[in-house]
Amino acid sequence: MSDLVALVTGGSGGIGAAICQALARTGAVVAVGYQGNVSAAEHVAQTCDGQAVAVRINVADENSVAGAMAQAGELGRLGILVNNAGVVDDDLLLRLTPERWDHLMTVNLRGAYLTSRAVLRPMLRARWGRIVNVSSVVGMRGNAGQAAYAATKAGLVGFTKSLAREVARKGITVNAVSPGYVETRMTAGLPERARELLTTFAPIGRPVSADEVAHAVRFLASDEASAITGVDLAVDGGAAM
Amino acid sequence: MTELTVKVVEILATMAGLPPDQVTPDTTFESLSLDSLDLVELTLMLEDELGVEIDRDDFGELVTVQDAIDAIASTDALAA
Repeated sequence: MSDLVALVTGGSGGIGAAICQALARTGAVVAVGYQGNVSAAEHVAQTCDGQAVAVRINVADENSVAGAMAQAGELGRLGILVNNAGVVDDDLLLRLTPERWDHLMTVNLRGAYLTSRAVLRPMLRARWGRIVNVSSVVGMRGNAGQAAYAATKAGLVGFTKSLAREVARKGITVNAVSPGYVETRMTAGLPERARELLTTFAPIGRPVSADEVAHAVRFLASDEASAITGVDLAVDGGAAM
Repeated sequence: MTELTVKVVEILATMAGLPPDQVTPDTTFESLSLDSLDLVELTLMLEDELGVEIDRDDFGELVTVQDAIDAIASTDALAA
């Protein structure tokens, strides 16, 4: 991957940082996508072994996506996109307002659509590309209090499979990884009881690490995974069985 | 044949795996087994060759090679 640029949205978060580091170790130039926390993104870029640069991107905004793509394109050939940016906003459906529903859809789903559409041109030109969408075990299992979040993550899998079919002949693969419960800043806000339950669901009996998710993403983004497309790879300790 | 026609025929022949003399303006994309995504790829290759941006999203409606040549020739960048 030494001549490739990899853009990782949500690159400053727990899973995103691990993905950036894993891709950098393969020699890819990593664009660490961040929306607001530039210091966290720059810190992640510094912890990457190879070349990495923080790139501001609001995945829900078309102009911001175009700007980030241009910036990433200046680093080399943009061949890998990891759609990892996402928000979580848990509540009982009865209490979830349409505005909160829309926000989840906008960031988690529309974001992946906008970024994927933008990378297809350079990928089609090169007849090579890797798109990896970070979904979630709750997309398949469902989870009380996460109807909207789960809908976005299940939607992401349908998006993955459909786009995979569209571009398969052009050397572009589109896959998803579905992490189980990963201890990150984003999940730190969950009640202790909920975290215990999530761990109980996984036969391995422990949370999944961000690095374990990153290894799966790195594999799907590699040349070795050239015949794997439209897959939703669970990295959940068996939780979705 | 215009320079554009020659280039379009050449690229489409390569994409279809045929010698250029087997692709004419009357050839249909269906007969070349090319679909709308292939036509998007054609525009990207032409953009690189001609150094212009061809911004069209109606390639799925084109039937023959001549349709594509006309559509590309009418884009702002080339018609100017």
